[in-house]
Amino acid sequence: MINQLSWKVGGQQGEGIESTGEIFSIALNRLGYYLYGYRHFSSRIKGGHTNNKIRVSTTQVRSISDDLDILVAFDQETIDVNYKELNDDGIIIADAKFIPKQPEDTKAVLYAVPFTDIATELGTSLMKNMVAIGATSAILDLDITVFEEVVQEIFGRKGRQVVEKNMQAIRTGFDFMKKKLGNIQKLQLEKADGKKRMFMIGNDAIALGALAGGCRFMAAYPITPASEIMEYLIKKLPAMGGTVIQTEDEIAAVTMAIGANYGGVRAITASAGPGLSLKMEAIGLSGITETPLVIIDTQRGGPSTGLPTKQEQSDLMAMIYGTHGEIPKIVIAPSTVEEAFYDTAEALNLAEEYQCPVIVLSDLQLSLGKQTVEPLEIDKVEIRRGKLITEKLPEIENKGYFKRYEVTEDGISPRVIPGMKNGIHHVTGVEHDETGKPSEAAENRIVQMSKRLRKIENIKFKTPVHKNVPHEEADLLIVGFISTRGAIEEAMARLEKDGIKTNHAHIRLIHPFPTDEMMPLVKSAKKIVVVENNATGQLANILKMNVGHAEKITKLLKFDGNPFLPHEIHTKCKELF
Amino acid sequence: MATFKDFRNNVKPNWCPGCGDFSVQAAIQRAAANVGLEPENLAVISGIGCSGRISGYINSYGFHGIHGRALPIAQGVKMANRELTVIASGGDGDGFAIGMGHTVHAIRRNIDITYIVMDNQIYGLTKGQTSPRSAAGFKTKSTPEGSIEQAISPMELALTAGATFVAQSFSTDLKDLTALIEAGIKHKGFSFINVFSPCVTYNKVNTYDWFKENLTKLSDIEGYDPSNREMAMQTLMKHNGLVTGLIYQDKERKSYQELVPGYKETPLAHAELQLDEEQFDKLVAEFM
Ligand SMILES: Cc1ncc(C[n+]2csc(CCOP(=O)(O)OP(=O)(O)O)c2C)c(N)n1
Ligand code: SF4
Ligand SMILES: [Mg+2]
Repeated sequence: MINQLSWKVGGQQGEGIESTGEIFSIALNRLGYYLYGYRHFSSRIKGGHTNNKIRVSTTQVRSISDDLDILVAFDQETIDVNYKELNDDGIIIADAKFIPKQPEDTKAVLYAVPFTDIATELGTSLMKNMVAIGATSAILDLDITVFEEVVQEIFGRKGRQVVEKNMQAIRTGFDFMKKKLGNIQKLQLEKADGKKRMFMIGNDAIALGALAGGCRFMAAYPITPASEIMEYLIKKLPAMGGTVIQTEDEIAAVTMAIGANYGGVRAITASAGPGLSLKMEAIGLSGITETPLVIIDTQRGGPSTGLPTKQEQSDLMAMIYGTHGEIPKIVIAPSTVEEAFYDTAEALNLAEEYQCPVIVLSDLQLSLGKQTVEPLEIDKVEIRRGKLITEKLPEIENKGYFKRYEVTEDGISPRVIPGMKNGIHHVTGVEHDETGKPSEAAENRIVQMSKRLRKIENIKFKTPVHKNVPHEEADLLIVGFISTRGAIEEAMARLEKDGIKTNHAHIRLIHPFPTDEMMPLVKSAKKIVVVENNATGQLANILKMNVGHAEKITKLLKFDGNPFLPHEIHTKCKELF
Repeated sequence: MATFKDFRNNVKPNWCPGCGDFSVQAAIQRAAANVGLEPENLAVISGIGCSGRISGYINSYGFHGIHGRALPIAQGVKMANRELTVIASGGDGDGFAIGMGHTVHAIRRNIDITYIVMDNQIYGLTKGQTSPRSAAGFKTKSTPEGSIEQAISPMELALTAGATFVAQSFSTDLKDLTALIEAGIKHKGFSFINVFSPCVTYNKVNTYDWFKENLTKLSDIEGYDPSNREMAMQTLMKHNGLVTGLIYQDKERKSYQELVPGYKETPLAHAELQLDEEQFDKLVAEFM
């Protein structure tokens, strides 16, 4: 019996690889297993190798696994590209149609199963992925009735016959494989708890978090890997009176969101690196006009078009410092799907409370990785609107303006939205006085600039650093952000077994940097490894800049487009001792 | 009820004496009063340029944004609060160079706002470079030998982009301009008004006298019918775009707001932000 399994399906893009993975994982999720799926894809729609690697476990997993138990191959390329990941007792099940060749240097066993032929015989070769699911189920000794519900949901619209045919394909694949295996049953999965849990990608959680956090308008321009956020919200917002506008470009998206926030609705925009580059000037506008704004950046491989469908965390510096001039800005970085939900909702609060741009920094692995999620609780989501005035305002004499930029101790000024009587004031990206009127006076400049920057000095954010710190004095502190969390956690467990006292800090409030939280952890560690998916070590540099101790810090960088695997972190950290 | 004086604030414009933009400001103030607005129900969103300063000179809510982006900001404001009257405005460089993409798309999107361009065929604020409205051969600091590019025809462009309200005016025709802005505000959909607004400092060719000599009033053309798009296009071509008045209006097409599925009658800005448990559970169940 095993309590954890790694399964991968691969073939040519556009061949139904995605749906194979999807059906398999939805069914297993319903049985109560924890899933973690990561898709390897290219920006082509058809053609090119694609695969979907899914980890199944009886406990929560947040990382791709190092190895592989079962490889389902629809072509030889899938075998050639992926077989090295297979365990010694791994299994390849491949479509007999392409006459699969067993690679020499692996102990994994290859079974040729006539996926295509069985499917064609049953009506259409399109169902070959169902046959593959059946064959997989035989290896794992799964009760295939679990697929009935899923197949019904997916093909129900197409009629009962289609549903029945697809189930038949699963059954035939199952029976065929059972016969082949005889009484060999190497990979029997431990039973899961049967609990119903959500199964979603990070972008789903971001979008749901936006809804829960009161977002009622979104303006966006499609881009990988951010589009799912707008696609989800356009389905859900109309029922709440709101909508999504697909704009002509990202500059329009961000400025429209600024206009909407100024107008009084909670509005967001989302994009990836190329779009964020276009939004930079507007981010400064939000900063100087103190207009709330939430931007989601789902990072992907840069620069320029870079690696559009690959994992990277290289926008960090640009998100902290991007836009000319100096503004207050908040950058938060959720490290799990659950946090992506709560943080997006909270970002909408922070934007209104601090009246500044808030960037929610995600990355491709978090945004698109599909996983089982612990229950999300709506009661934990608050709506806080800061110094927004909703009650009647006193009369202002002589056409004076409302002091929208009143200088206050905490730097945050009362805010009104258009339509309010006696609240008229001017808003401009030009330096201005307390009423918003342009002013170039040196004294005013200092007062207003300081007021704005002061706002976020004492920012309240619940968990600026996710800490797993079993040791007061540690041999090693591993630091990361966003989706590296799962791989670091697994590496840490192995390091502990090796006798290396390891602490883990995952930074969630990127800017302003949580120096006070990080300083003791840095001081009490002998060595520090900063794990990040970029080529220059941006997080490590920020850490050095804020807490010093450069001599202790080692950069562990990966920028080949792929997420970190636990063993890579484990090996590199171990080498330091 | 507010009068045009209520739309005046106590900020002194920093435009050059004689600048065409003064009359555009006055026309907006008059039109706002004439259609019965209160200052707090008007939001003027402007771009960057001499013209862009206009939002600071009107007693209403105002947002002076970034160069070329008045339109998306204005559309965002309107989407947030459909009860507000939203006017976007800026220069010819703002709307037809850096912001041209937004202009075309705002026209075809047809959100119910009014866009007023102060067209002086030059970049005023940056002290006299060529604009996409400068005629071929026009000499400026950036085209010392004369512009070798073709000028844009904003009105023709608007017609081909699917505009539902297209008008042009001359800033000295205060009465006509005011009436057009009123009509634009009342129009259900995107109303686009291009105003010849001379720059007395940097444009010595397209002067007040030049416009007086070269403009034709549509009201003087017998049988002109602003509901006829084909006639509108032909007339513009015939007069090289130098006409004033209501060029085209489509009263049938619904505005964006009227077409958005589910879009509430009450302003989104006043929407309930909290999801109740039942709503949330339903959303969550879809992921199980
Ligand atoms: C992104 C950006 N680029 C350039 C500028 C400089 N700039 C300010 S206004 C302007 C052009 C002004 O011309 P127009 O829009 O016709 O307005 P006018 O001053 O003539 O009213 C330029 C190029 C800027 N503010 N922002
Ligand atoms: S420079 Fe030209 S456009 Fe600018 S204020 Fe002076 S006259 Fe008007
Ligand atoms: Mg101009």
